[in-house]
Amino acid sequence: MMENLPFLSILIALPLIGALAILLLARGDDETVARNAKQVALANSVVVFLLSLLLWTGFDRQDPGFQFTEEYTWLAQYNIAYRVGVDGISVLFVLLSTLLTPLCILSAWSAVKTRVKEYMVAFLVLEALMIGTFVALDLVLFYVFFEAVLIPMFLIIGVWGGPRRVYSAFKFFLYTLVGSVLMLVAIMTLLFTQGTADITVLIEGDLGFALNLQIWLWLAFFASFAVKMPMWPVHTWLPDAHVEAPTAGSVILAGVLLKMGGYGFLRFSLPMLPEASEAMSLFVQILSIIAIVYTSIVALAQEDMKKLIAYSSVAHMGYVTLGIFSLNGLGVNGAIFQMLSHGVISAALFLIVGVVYDRLHTRMISRYGGIVETMPRYAIVFMAFMMASVGLPGTAGFVGEFMTLFGAFQDRMWIGTLAASGIVLGATYMLLLYRRVVFGKLEKDDLRALLDMTPREIIIFAPLVILVIWMGVWPMPFLDIMASSVDALLVPFVEADAAGAAVAASQ
Amino acid sequence: MFDFAIEKAIVFLPLLAAILTGFADKRLGDRGAQILTSGVMVLSALLSVWVFVQVGLNHKEAYVVPLFTWFASGDFATAWALRIDTLTAVMLVVVTVVSSIVHIYSAGYMSEDKSIPRFQAYLSLFTFAMLMLVTADNLIQLFFGWEGVGLSSYLLIGFWYHKPSANAAAMKAFIVNRVGDFGFALGIFGAFMLTGSVAFSGADGVLEVASHVDADHLLPGLFGFSFQTSVNVICFLLFMGAMGKSAQFLLHTWLPDAMEGPTPVSALIHAATMVTAGVFMVARLSPLFELAPLVLDFVTVIGAITAIFAATVGLTQFDIKRVIAYSTCSQLGYMFFAAGVGAYDAAIFHLMTHAFFKALLFLGAGSVIHAMHHEQDMRKMGGIWRKVPVTYAYMWIGSLALAGIGIPFLFGPAGFGFAGFYSKDAILEAAHAAHSLVGNFAFWAGITAAFLTAFYSGRLLFLTFHGPTRADQHTFDHAHESPLVMIGPLVILAIGALLAGGVAYPWFMEGGHHAYEAGKHAKEATDGATFWAGSVVKDHDLIDKMHKSAAWVKVLPLVMAVSGLGLSALFYLVMPDVPKRIASTFSWVDTFFRRKWFFDELYDFIFVRPIQSFGRFLWKVGDGGIIDRFGPNGVASASQLLARFFSSMQTGYIYHYGFVMVAGLVAIITLFLLGSGFFGQLLGGGN
Repeated sequence: MMENLPFLSILIALPLIGALAILLLARGDDETVARNAKQVALANSVVVFLLSLLLWTGFDRQDPGFQFTEEYTWLAQYNIAYRVGVDGISVLFVLLSTLLTPLCILSAWSAVKTRVKEYMVAFLVLEALMIGTFVALDLVLFYVFFEAVLIPMFLIIGVWGGPRRVYSAFKFFLYTLVGSVLMLVAIMTLLFTQGTADITVLIEGDLGFALNLQIWLWLAFFASFAVKMPMWPVHTWLPDAHVEAPTAGSVILAGVLLKMGGYGFLRFSLPMLPEASEAMSLFVQILSIIAIVYTSIVALAQEDMKKLIAYSSVAHMGYVTLGIFSLNGLGVNGAIFQMLSHGVISAALFLIVGVVYDRLHTRMISRYGGIVETMPRYAIVFMAFMMASVGLPGTAGFVGEFMTLFGAFQDRMWIGTLAASGIVLGATYMLLLYRRVVFGKLEKDDLRALLDMTPREIIIFAPLVILVIWMGVWPMPFLDIMASSVDALLVPFVEADAAGAAVAASQ
Repeated sequence: MFDFAIEKAIVFLPLLAAILTGFADKRLGDRGAQILTSGVMVLSALLSVWVFVQVGLNHKEAYVVPLFTWFASGDFATAWALRIDTLTAVMLVVVTVVSSIVHIYSAGYMSEDKSIPRFQAYLSLFTFAMLMLVTADNLIQLFFGWEGVGLSSYLLIGFWYHKPSANAAAMKAFIVNRVGDFGFALGIFGAFMLTGSVAFSGADGVLEVASHVDADHLLPGLFGFSFQTSVNVICFLLFMGAMGKSAQFLLHTWLPDAMEGPTPVSALIHAATMVTAGVFMVARLSPLFELAPLVLDFVTVIGAITAIFAATVGLTQFDIKRVIAYSTCSQLGYMFFAAGVGAYDAAIFHLMTHAFFKALLFLGAGSVIHAMHHEQDMRKMGGIWRKVPVTYAYMWIGSLALAGIGIPFLFGPAGFGFAGFYSKDAILEAAHAAHSLVGNFAFWAGITAAFLTAFYSGRLLFLTFHGPTRADQHTFDHAHESPLVMIGPLVILAIGALLAGGVAYPWFMEGGHHAYEAGKHAKEATDGATFWAGSVVKDHDLIDKMHKSAAWVKVLPLVMAVSGLGLSALFYLVMPDVPKRIASTFSWVDTFFRRKWFFDELYDFIFVRPIQSFGRFLWKVGDGGIIDRFGPNGVASASQLLARFFSSMQTGYIYHYGFVMVAGLVAIITLFLLGSGFFGQLLGGGN
């Protein structure tokens, strides 16, 4: 049955239909409109999430190729088409997107008071575009989705953001502009030389580029993906964007949008430009180490909770790039896992900040202290995600961090060793944050009146808590689903290694 | 699912109890929480004893309880599994017995606390993590337990979260341990690359592979280094983890501060169980460590330095718990240098006896603190022995066991005495018998520390219980013996401190005096059905030499212990002004010891402060001053026009962005539609 349905297109279309319905049908006074918009958006996103679970159950874990594929001709003479499909890598990101969207909508339930209708529309459109990015199998289609995602994100920051939203949106814009222009050039080059925009064809094998040109193309893609990750030193837009974004915006930004960079490396850089990826691996690894160490140290000095978590995101994404460019199984599997776990953990951490922000309207760490007295449930949830963030074994954070470091160590011992210093630094800033916010004596009067988490908030966190422990204790279902696709992805690198070993042995 | 139900129950019942107590705290109530967690722990302890009897005494072969795969990628795989062998069985008994006693004791000690269920839940959670650690069948699960006990320790040290000092201590413990874990994690990577496995059991497991390495069968080294270099580096990294967890010299600074936690926590975690995990790890990996002689020497030296260093600090502390904490640190040093010279059996033996008498001392100290209305400063105690006679007796038993009092050669070659006497003597004999430079260093350090140990133990007893009281009248008048729920369970520990050494000596030190003469010639033949059954490496050569040690090696520790106790009696009972005069005459020595050799100040100076200011520097100068200035802000200000352009379209940038994107797309399509081969040729030329 499912083979005949354009399943992925339905997933993309449903949120758009929901958004359209809200725009066209919501009538009445402001309050009614807001309530209806929220309800429709929530129902819509929950249905999309439940439907997307069919991807999980219907996915053939043995098949490394693309499944649920669809193709409709668009510009036949240039071989540009609407092509979608998922493999073991992208399917997980689709699920991450569909999971986080309803939680975001729930988290904005009472936090957003102005232009509620538009807010809900923006999130549903964002969801459709995120799914589109991860399922697109055509260069042009991918580019459209990849860049279009930013439009609702800009709107969310620009309309519902904090006081310095213009500066931060401008900064975000400038970085991504440079990246996307360069990526466009690379995509054009691929189109011209290969005569097709079909990603499934392009990743198949040797595109016949000289190493020189490969490296230029690689750098062009890199410019875009590195900004998205974000990697050091193009990371400075992220803390500003997070600080100004509303809670749900931060959740999607950290939870899904950052992963598009890592996904891009896996979908384009590695399979299409393997020699360049190999040649540039040390470069990326060094930047990753700087990201881990530098931003962890910077996080120590932060006074704003969101900034601290934003910097920690940069450090955690450092593990991702480190793992990907270790170019071995542990590294790449670990990197994908780390993206998923960071998607859950950082989303939860931003929601955690949102919980107290909604109550006190400040993110300054020094304004808190001792809130475990008044918010014991909150303290438990915060503790769980704090520990997940520092990579405590038994939580999702450990598996990704451990595997990426392991992969890096296998690749280059000294890189793995330096990167592992993040184990210490990461614990330091998170424990310091927790201590300053949750522990200590309850001295400030307004903190005494804080109410613990509401049932709505518990519903938001419950799936995240379950997920973060499930992924920590029994991550195999996730690793299984990606394994064969990752193996296929790594074939050129394994062959290169084997060839290298054979040469070494014959000498 | 019901296979191996007993082993699974031992490990997972405490987790279940922790979860139930943690989340159903309201419904259970304080009493319910105490009964549930304590009951589960006692059950777990009884089952552990059963397992110990099966494996240790009835020589049932070691086995593994498989659970399920944890994570895997390519050649790498790791599973959740419970390994049961003698080493594990010993640890199971130690952990569950002490934990049960601490659970019950806490019902009395914490009776005035307002978060009793939370406390009991943490204790049970800790016990679960510790049991996962000791039953681990692979390095990764060991690491899970390792960090899990670290988490529980963090939660319990900071249990009184309104105290800033407790929060600071909890953080310090976690982070210093993380420094060790950094090495541990790297060591795991290396061990996998060297042996091809992280599992312990099986023919391909780390232990089996390591024990088949000899001069003719070396494994390939890593990254072009020789096998010897690789294995030494790996073991060094693994040992870093042990140094952190077991508070060894250089990574010891967290343990004394950890005394901020409630006293039952100190007894369970920071004396009997968690801090001994490092010793357990070295023993568990003994086949691997045996391949790394340089690291073993390092282990010996660090252990010896710790033994003597911590004892010197213990001499000068006035907080009753800190004295015992430094004592723990020092005793862990003994265990490590035993392992370093190859006497893993003696190290675990001392681990076991120490668990009993040190838990007894801590819980006894807790009883004193309870009696004195939460006073911990020995300068404000004194003269209370009549008021707390049972506690007083316990403290004597614990102290004499710690000091290692016993009579050599009485009732047989092992002598006769308190528990610590057998194990400490075994360690000192082993160090002496190693006949190496580091072995001799450790031996003399151990002998000196034995004197210091006896001295500070006596000092603690006399300052706390004897002499005219220095407590205020009210506290003194109201000093009272602790309730039965506290002092009752301590009987088990007291019996352990009295008898555990003598009873267990023939098991742990088999091939020792009793079995030695009888089984000397049949050594190989009996190997299969011995107590240890190969769960730790036995150095038969060392055992051989231990038996030939001269009589003075056995007599000297006793001489040191007795003179240490005697001197402390002289100083603190007979001439109480002498210590003060000595302290003021050698004030710099006193200050140096009392301020813990200035390690906290040193680390603060070289790590903590610089990294804080470095963080601000990178943020303000790196991100703000350089990247932003020459990046986005620079672009903006470089061109007045551009700046005005952007600022004039404060909200328009979104459409602008959309415009750029659409323009780009149009550009591609146009180029195609024009059929221009120009770009194609240009780019194709790159081929």
